[in-house]
Amino acid sequence: MEQLIEQATSFEVSDKGFYGNFGGAFIPEMLYPNVEELRQNYRQIMADPAFQAEFYALLTDYVGRPTPLFLAKRLSEDIGATIYLKREDLCHTGAHKVNNTIGQILMAQRLGKKRIVAETGAGQHGVATATVCALMGLECIVYMGSIDMERQKPNVDRMRMLGAIVVPATSGSQTLKDATNEAMRHWINNPVDTHYIIGSVVGPHPYPDMVARFQSVISEETRRQLLDKEGRETPDYVVACVGGGSNAAGAFFHYLNEPSVKLVAAEAAGQGIATGHSAATTALGKPGVLHGSRTILMQTDDGQVTEPYSISAGLDYPGIGPLHAHLFESGRGHFHSITDEQAVRAGFKLSKLEGIIPALESAHALAALEELSMTKDDVVVVCLSGRGDKDLSTYTKYLD
Amino acid sequence: MTQELLTQNRINDLFAQKSERLLNVYFTAGFPNLGDTGTVLRGLQQAGVDLVEIGMPYSDPVADGETIQQSNMQALDNGMTLKLLFEQLAGCRDERSGDPVTVPILLMGYINPVLQFGVEAFCQKCREVGVDGVILPDLPLDLYLSEYAATFRQYGILNVFLITPQTAESRIRLIDSETEGFIYMVSSASITGSVKGISDTMRAYFERIQAMNLKNPRLIGFGINNPETFETACQYANGAIVGSAFIRHLQQEGTSAESIRAFVQTIRA
Repeated sequence: MEQLIEQATSFEVSDKGFYGNFGGAFIPEMLYPNVEELRQNYRQIMADPAFQAEFYALLTDYVGRPTPLFLAKRLSEDIGATIYLKREDLCHTGAHKVNNTIGQILMAQRLGKKRIVAETGAGQHGVATATVCALMGLECIVYMGSIDMERQKPNVDRMRMLGAIVVPATSGSQTLKDATNEAMRHWINNPVDTHYIIGSVVGPHPYPDMVARFQSVISEETRRQLLDKEGRETPDYVVACVGGGSNAAGAFFHYLNEPSVKLVAAEAAGQGIATGHSAATTALGKPGVLHGSRTILMQTDDGQVTEPYSISAGLDYPGIGPLHAHLFESGRGHFHSITDEQAVRAGFKLSKLEGIIPALESAHALAALEELSMTKDDVVVVCLSGRGDKDLSTYTKYLD
Repeated sequence: MTQELLTQNRINDLFAQKSERLLNVYFTAGFPNLGDTGTVLRGLQQAGVDLVEIGMPYSDPVADGETIQQSNMQALDNGMTLKLLFEQLAGCRDERSGDPVTVPILLMGYINPVLQFGVEAFCQKCREVGVDGVILPDLPLDLYLSEYAATFRQYGILNVFLITPQTAESRIRLIDSETEGFIYMVSSASITGSVKGISDTMRAYFERIQAMNLKNPRLIGFGINNPETFETACQYANGAIVGSAFIRHLQQEGTSAESIRAFVQTIRA
């Protein structure tokens, strides 16, 4: 239980909120009191046994944790290694996002907040937020790019059915980046009674650390399950996709300080890194400040944030969390760029070999398996972050 | 070092001479047209404003409301860059030109374009073209002090910080002791262009700050858009800042000297 809060590692966030050169809290003064209140309280609240009991009870009884660690035999044979799938797709609401929203709604309650604001891209985080708000009876406002609202209508309907108000973000490029800006503006305008549930390991400190810790339940379980199945807690590889990077942060968390475990991050190359239609942040980005933290982001020479592209709406983000920027810069993390085509192919392969239709985001992690030079003895854990139901209309374009 | 700055900077000079009813007007560089920066700057000077705040357009201005966001987008679409802004401002202080700009200039914008330009190169350029101060809302005080303050001081560029109704007294004292120029009082918890009128809560906040006897002068911004709000702000502070209302005016009435003079007269009758 204490694992939420202990774990002093060299990849631990510093007091000022930095992972190496990345992180911090680059926020306007209007947000300072809110972020500072959270920073001063989050560790203490997360360390409180009553908080942990409530968090883990909800993860068990409501989310359906622990999620299985499934030995994918036919995929293992195909790849030539021992491949386990960490089945986050079996979480309530269909993805790992709910691990974080459960934690943050409990945090918001303890901070005495009455209303929740969130951003969403594909709608998975919005649905997970609307879900926990319904569960706890808190008002929920979700900002979503107006273009994304058209592309992801089923998730808009789900959020509305759950009682959330979905507000179209009409500024800028009208996608996730702008939805995040609008959610921040909403928080600026409603500083006292509102908590902002950020959906990934991005944003000003302490968000990246807090979200990583809520998601760290993924690797906490993986260690136990792998010990049971393989007689060892540490695999040779952990593979996860990275948009902002919350499922990867959770899957890597309890392995960060064990160099024998190779941490592999799959970024979305979109139509290809050189095409101008890509979201491969570490391949195309430079250090800068986005949404409150210093990280690596895609930008022009003049420092304007550029619009990313990926077939997967969940990876369609111009930055990565500061922890991932640090993993990249330090060489601890191995970053691979996966194209739309590779991801779709990997999605079909898993469907046919294992009877599991993965989310397009998770399909990027599966595609990265093909790029690793592994041997038969290697044990690999792939974080299967979400299920593919939401992506059927995209997949079906590739049928035959 | 502080003493040296006090004698050199146009902002400090201004407040040394004048302490009441100061008007600071914001406009976005390269808006409505790319080449309008100098025109609007001179128009504001001719209309008698006391300080000018030039917005460095940014793709993701989180502290700004719709009006300023759109002016930022339009300026970027026009091709505005920080490099170009310095080119547009180059020589504006030159007395041989016959029409030198003498009004204090602040650049307002977000930290990322400044980081890409390079903080030292940015300060150097500011000094070179005659920029006196900057307002970077997403550069927090602690990071400014630990990482950048020495560079800004070296080039004599003031960094103006914001306070809001939620800013703790201890933090206001820290900002007051660590910065100079003036303190930018955000009138209420909000983004720009979204405040309607001045409420009793806002007056209570203005009075609270007034009673703190800060060493720095104070200008009130956000929600100042007509003579009433300007006069009210002036009761509690040294003056006020107008932004969104002027952007709307430029959009509707154009950038001619007459148009700008008319706007300034409607605010400070």
